[in-house]
Amino acid sequence: MTVSRYVMPSLAALGFGFLYIPIFILVVYSFNASKLVTVWGGFSTQWYGALLNDPQILGAAWLSVKIAAISATLALILGTMAALTLVRFRWFRGRIWLTGMVAAPLVMPEVITGLSLLLLFVALENVFGWPAGRGVLTIVLAHATFGMAFVTVIVQARLRDMDLSLEEAAMDLGARPLTVFFTVTLPVIAPALVAAWLLAFTLSIDDLVIASFVSGPGSSTLPMVVFSKVRLGISPDVNALATLMILVVGLGGAIAFWQMRKAHRQAQLPK
Amino acid sequence: MAWIPTLWLLLLFLIPFLVVAKISLSEAAIAMPPYKPILTWAADGFATLRLQFGNYLFLLDDPLYLSAYGESIQIAGISTLVTLLIAYPMAYVIARAEEPRRTALLILVILPFWTSFLLRVYAWIGILKTNGILNNALMGMGLIDAPLVMLQTDFAVYLGIAYTYLPFMVLPLYATLSKLDGTLLEAAEDLGATPWVSFWTVTLPLTLPGMLAGSLLVFVPALGEYVIPALLGGNDTLMIGKVLWNEFFANRDWPIASAVAICMLLVIVAPLMWLQRIQVRREEAAV
Repeated sequence: MTVSRYVMPSLAALGFGFLYIPIFILVVYSFNASKLVTVWGGFSTQWYGALLNDPQILGAAWLSVKIAAISATLALILGTMAALTLVRFRWFRGRIWLTGMVAAPLVMPEVITGLSLLLLFVALENVFGWPAGRGVLTIVLAHATFGMAFVTVIVQARLRDMDLSLEEAAMDLGARPLTVFFTVTLPVIAPALVAAWLLAFTLSIDDLVIASFVSGPGSSTLPMVVFSKVRLGISPDVNALATLMILVVGLGGAIAFWQMRKAHRQAQLPK
Repeated sequence: MAWIPTLWLLLLFLIPFLVVAKISLSEAAIAMPPYKPILTWAADGFATLRLQFGNYLFLLDDPLYLSAYGESIQIAGISTLVTLLIAYPMAYVIARAEEPRRTALLILVILPFWTSFLLRVYAWIGILKTNGILNNALMGMGLIDAPLVMLQTDFAVYLGIAYTYLPFMVLPLYATLSKLDGTLLEAAEDLGATPWVSFWTVTLPLTLPGMLAGSLLVFVPALGEYVIPALLGGNDTLMIGKVLWNEFFANRDWPIASAVAICMLLVIVAPLMWLQRIQVRREEAAV
């Protein structure tokens, strides 16, 4: 089969190259001594030093991490509730509303989500006086809302695949619903919950558009600071920042692969 | 408990659209917030409702907005096609790989998605610039004499969208390709089909649902994209997300920005409803 043996693999290799060559270049040029990002001027780690001495970037990074952690946790709780409702509570009357709304934020253009949430916050402030002004709180609420959609999709898939007889057995043995949830369901879906939280965290820490709409003075997140730097032209310390992020994500990917391989081997062991 | 996420989404997802719709009908004002109320209560208890359709008329009147919608649809469409062409062979190879190679390749596809979107777009600036890496490489090889203008063109926007949205296309394609019944291909081969013929007549039609799902996941967000046209596109690259952003942040005209958003919603509502139907059908299939 020429198609599956030669044509597709070579095209796929080009695809993977397309995906990774820009990242590779980003990393290489973060060690460039020259200030001109595209001219190689020898090896240097000066941009990492510049990055770690930039209070604006460090402050924004810390703020972003805090916002991401809180909003991912909120998104996890809300999304898990939504997933449980969709998969288990067939009697729930608001189901049609929930089903209709839960996937839409996944594809909604960010400018619309950002603008609509900002206008909501302004209207709420005018009518109820809350939330007073915009800042960390409004960014957290916005990020929790779109993170929740991603959490729901992931947890929903895991709940569907789950063996229901485990829960039934626990109930037969006299466990109450809440006990069943905490001792049976939760441990089974725990890997999906971890993945969902990490995804919500990543989406929050990466978001520029929505945060730009709903943030207030003094609450510039890392992407907002990076964007204003990048708009002025390319700067090598942004390359250094990118490399640090790629390092963290690469490590996470390696751990994920190792874990999945272990699980795969265990599943293949003769019983 | 089931009501908590439902109410949350009602308050923070559905109601905001109603607020946008309301403000799109109000008049701009130099105030904070910069619009006039559409409903005013007079001292004697009479309410006056002032609806301004002027914002929408303005959008229709000024060719800038209509061409921005047209150009957004065109750019998002071409980019979706480019993404599909790049993603299909990748998904095909992953679906046919053995474990643990399959997991490793899947992780390789998803991994860039976990790094910063902004920084992945940024990476292309250094590559596509006039004195950037690609031009330097091409001139070094003697393929071109003068640098090509690639940054700040629509071409750069297509590349940027394809690059950042690639995982959204690969994953649905992979899901349908990995479920493809191998016996169908064997049957086609037994009946004398060449590999190309069986690919065009068996594999491709059967993976159409994955292609549509992936295209939707790329097309709809790409339509409202702001960051990619702002960083990679030229000043003449008019995408509707950029227009909305400028109306809001540069002109501070909230009613016009709202009207632009409502019109954008109308463009994406059909694909969105379709996605919703897939979701509901999947729900029902799972019962």
